[in-house]
Amino acid sequence: MIRSGIRPEIKKKRIDHKKTQFAKATFQEHDYQHRLSLYDFPPTAEISLEEFETWAIDRLRVLAELESCSFRNRSPQETAVHMEPLLKKYMPLSNNSAAVGAHIDQRLKEERKKDHYSHWILRLAFCRTEDLRRRFSRIETTLFRMRFQQDDGKEKRAFIDSLNLHWETVSEEEKTELSEHLLAATSSLKRVDDENFFKVDWTSIPDLIEHRSVFVRKGKAYVPTQQQTSLIITQFTQNLDKALELSARALPRIDEDDRLSPILEHLSKNFATPDAGFHDADSSLPGAPINAANVDNLSQHFPLCMKNLHTTLRKNDHLKHFGRLQYTLFLKGIGLSLDDCLVFWRQAFKKIDDDKFNKEYRYNVRHVYGDVGGDANRRGRGYSPYSCQKILTEHPPGTNEAHGCPYRHFNIDNLTSMLQATGVHDREVLRGVKEDVEKKRYHIACNRVFEWAHKVEIKRVKDDNIWGPAELDTIVHPNTYFKRSYLLKNLNSVPKQDVKMEDS
Amino acid sequence: MPHAISDMEADVPSSPPESTSQNHDVELPAAPEATAATTNKVALEDIFNDEVSDSDLLTSTADIPSSPPTAKDNHRGQDVASARSGQAESYSDPSVMLQYYTRLFPFRPLFLWLNASPSPSPRFANREFAFTLSNDAYLRYQSYPSHDLLRRDILRLNPSRFEIGPEYSTNPRDRKTLRKASTFRPLSKEMVFDIDLTDYDDIRTCCVKANICEKCWKFATMTIKVLDAALREDFGFEHILWVYSGRRGVHAWISDKEARELDDDKRKALVGYFEVLRGGVQGGKRVNVRRPLHPHIRRSMDILRPYFTQILVEQEPFLSQSGQDRLLQLLPDKDLNDALRKKWSSSPDRPSKKKWDDIDELAKTGVSKNLDTKALLEAKQDALLEYTYPRIDVEVGKKRIHLLKSPFVVHPGTGRVCVPITCGGDMKRADLFDPLTVPTVTELLREIDSFGQKNEEEQGTSQEDSNRHENSNQKKVLDWEKTRLKPYYELFNGYVNKLVKSQTTSLKRERDEDGHNGADAMEF
Repeated sequence: MIRSGIRPEIKKKRIDHKKTQFAKATFQEHDYQHRLSLYDFPPTAEISLEEFETWAIDRLRVLAELESCSFRNRSPQETAVHMEPLLKKYMPLSNNSAAVGAHIDQRLKEERKKDHYSHWILRLAFCRTEDLRRRFSRIETTLFRMRFQQDDGKEKRAFIDSLNLHWETVSEEEKTELSEHLLAATSSLKRVDDENFFKVDWTSIPDLIEHRSVFVRKGKAYVPTQQQTSLIITQFTQNLDKALELSARALPRIDEDDRLSPILEHLSKNFATPDAGFHDADSSLPGAPINAANVDNLSQHFPLCMKNLHTTLRKNDHLKHFGRLQYTLFLKGIGLSLDDCLVFWRQAFKKIDDDKFNKEYRYNVRHVYGDVGGDANRRGRGYSPYSCQKILTEHPPGTNEAHGCPYRHFNIDNLTSMLQATGVHDREVLRGVKEDVEKKRYHIACNRVFEWAHKVEIKRVKDDNIWGPAELDTIVHPNTYFKRSYLLKNLNSVPKQDVKMEDS
Repeated sequence: MPHAISDMEADVPSSPPESTSQNHDVELPAAPEATAATTNKVALEDIFNDEVSDSDLLTSTADIPSSPPTAKDNHRGQDVASARSGQAESYSDPSVMLQYYTRLFPFRPLFLWLNASPSPSPRFANREFAFTLSNDAYLRYQSYPSHDLLRRDILRLNPSRFEIGPEYSTNPRDRKTLRKASTFRPLSKEMVFDIDLTDYDDIRTCCVKANICEKCWKFATMTIKVLDAALREDFGFEHILWVYSGRRGVHAWISDKEARELDDDKRKALVGYFEVLRGGVQGGKRVNVRRPLHPHIRRSMDILRPYFTQILVEQEPFLSQSGQDRLLQLLPDKDLNDALRKKWSSSPDRPSKKKWDDIDELAKTGVSKNLDTKALLEAKQDALLEYTYPRIDVEVGKKRIHLLKSPFVVHPGTGRVCVPITCGGDMKRADLFDPLTVPTVTELLREIDSFGQKNEEEQGTSQEDSNRHENSNQKKVLDWEKTRLKPYYELFNGYVNKLVKSQTTSLKRERDEDGHNGADAMEF
């Protein structure tokens, strides 16, 4: 049983089925009192098919841009600045104060209606698969958080009050008693006196717990009012996740409607690609000698993360689990065949005998290639190579682990010495890298090194107009790094038309 | 269970030739059983009769030698050293394991623990068990409605080890018959933490890899204390069981209802709460805790401080040049570092404790003009945490679907039983626990035998027949009571009883509260 925690009043609502069974449907009127909404109630009014589609597409534009911001590692502030014109154009959502006398006029209602309806339409489009659901909920949460933080104080409070969240306020006595702990545990809090605290189950604010930014005692977390955002956003995500799952179950009924299902299908397809960043078809490098024996040689084209894995592997004759995973996927991405990959790992693990290798490692390599494992894994030919986004955000390396992104997970001294070891001596570049890393723009640092290492070739392809700007876009995937590096360094030997295929 | 074989998911690349038949048909148990039967046929029959008449393992008292005669003679004839080398092979001996499962493994307490109630429920029935068979095949998604059936299947398969997974939304055995794969998902599992001493390899100098000694076990003890205190005081969990993993690690199992029902996000948050060391060794300074110190960090530091001094003495982490460099890397003041480096270069064998004290002493003498004493103090606190704070294998705790080795399983490499270390917040026990004295499976089996012999010798002097007849009327001595496993059993039983009791009372309370609602629902 899932605990509803904060909003029990929805659960308690009892419906007398005898009475409601034949009753006419009556819908709650939406008066859009507040700018924000948790989208608890579905829209009930009629809209035209055209509105249905354009509203959804407008919202999709916003979400797609928001997602690409997160891929590019933009900070929340940068994202907000970047998104502002787009939001104004496609999804304006004004404060009550924007209207004359703070009265909710027709324009506000229209804006909010569009926001409300488009959200629900996209729910339908993105509830089909687990993957889409997760992405949709993640970006919608980002959008909600951004809007929530921009909302002005008074209206924010009004919105929160309207949610009827049952939060227990911490009494003055308890506050005084615990003041020392509260002060120590709560970041950015100078004085306890001015702040009010809520007491909630720690499970409703997992992100604050994870970063130890609130005080917990006996399973109850003491959340200051200023941290409410976290609570409400968790609430938003929880509601949305639950609702998406419910929508997925109801979806088969919509499939019978031949007006809506093509639109929904189309919407979800348009949303499906940007995440991957790299496709199997991209990886083909015709004529390139990619085999187990040649990996050492090819490693000169690897980005720093993979070079690090490779040298660690050669140094220790071993890699830990996530290192193997990240590296195997990359090797798969550069076009190393399964057999070659198995040969490569077998030879690399010098200290391990055949028996142990077959028992403990062979299966995993095959699994990555989709040679074994469940039906879904085999059909999808294993997992896709990790993008920078994934490497940067998931599974930070622990003791003795070599995966991850050196720009992010090394400290600056170790990073510099590693760069020097790989032949990057240019002071200007190293200083640039340092600045980028300090600003947390890890992929920019990596691209900077790439551009420096290939500056001659890049100049040539630019001058000769062989490659357009699309082919020289910022690299956000290790396999793109490899491919571009390989092509640039072999400009003479690779036939021209193959280069042109890059963008197809 | 005819579909047991189809559930075999792992490929078996190198099974020994005599057991190849296991991959193809239902004769899975044939190999181990046959070997055991030839050596000790009578005994085995006794055991199986016993099982039919009385399913509860703990009452099994059959008065029979438990180790196969050949093995027993071997051990007796040899001196201690060679007996030990002989044991190394016999840990994985199927007949030894079979004896262990038959006579010693606590199936009913295990059931009560996982089920948290005496009456059978989906908490146990839909629970995944995964077996590693003696040919290294890995058998996942097994489940059993009761401990009798689990026991029967374990005796049939005779696994070298087995692991416990989550309770699923449906019976794991039926997962392939479901129309939608997504309806098969994990519902609940004990919250677990996994600590492995290999994670301390960069700071422990006494042992590496799989080896452990008394000195580095301190790291495990510290971990238990820090986590146990925080789990109780901060999160309010009560039913925390600490289990030795058989070689170089510790597992924590938290069985509180709230802990079992945590979803993956919350597990991640809980694990993150204990992640103070971030990044790999390459990342430089790994501890950067916020000031003022979070109450949890402050309490942990109070627990860890006395250990830190011991670690300095026993592990000598700053003795080597690289160890010393690492320490200096953690300190903020350049001038002070230079002075320290100069001082230490003249006496290369200076012990770590002295080096640690030097920091403050040199700082006082004012070698650095603009020394930030606050920053230095904080850096020293961070360093203390870096060398003592628990290092958790985070992935195991984050997901419900992760499997973890069951308590009381025998570690195939060492032969040691995965015994509980402590529970109920009793930290004295954690202090006293010594992994090197944990009984191994072969020792235990011998203890049963020698117990029987002792009794026989005592009675055997006079009136043999009548005495034995009388003896059978007395309270029988259970097999586990004859061995050094006894204190661990009692610890586990006590823990489980407490858990079951608290669960039943809380259930009752819930039912009482819901009383009128229940009546409401009935009326339609």
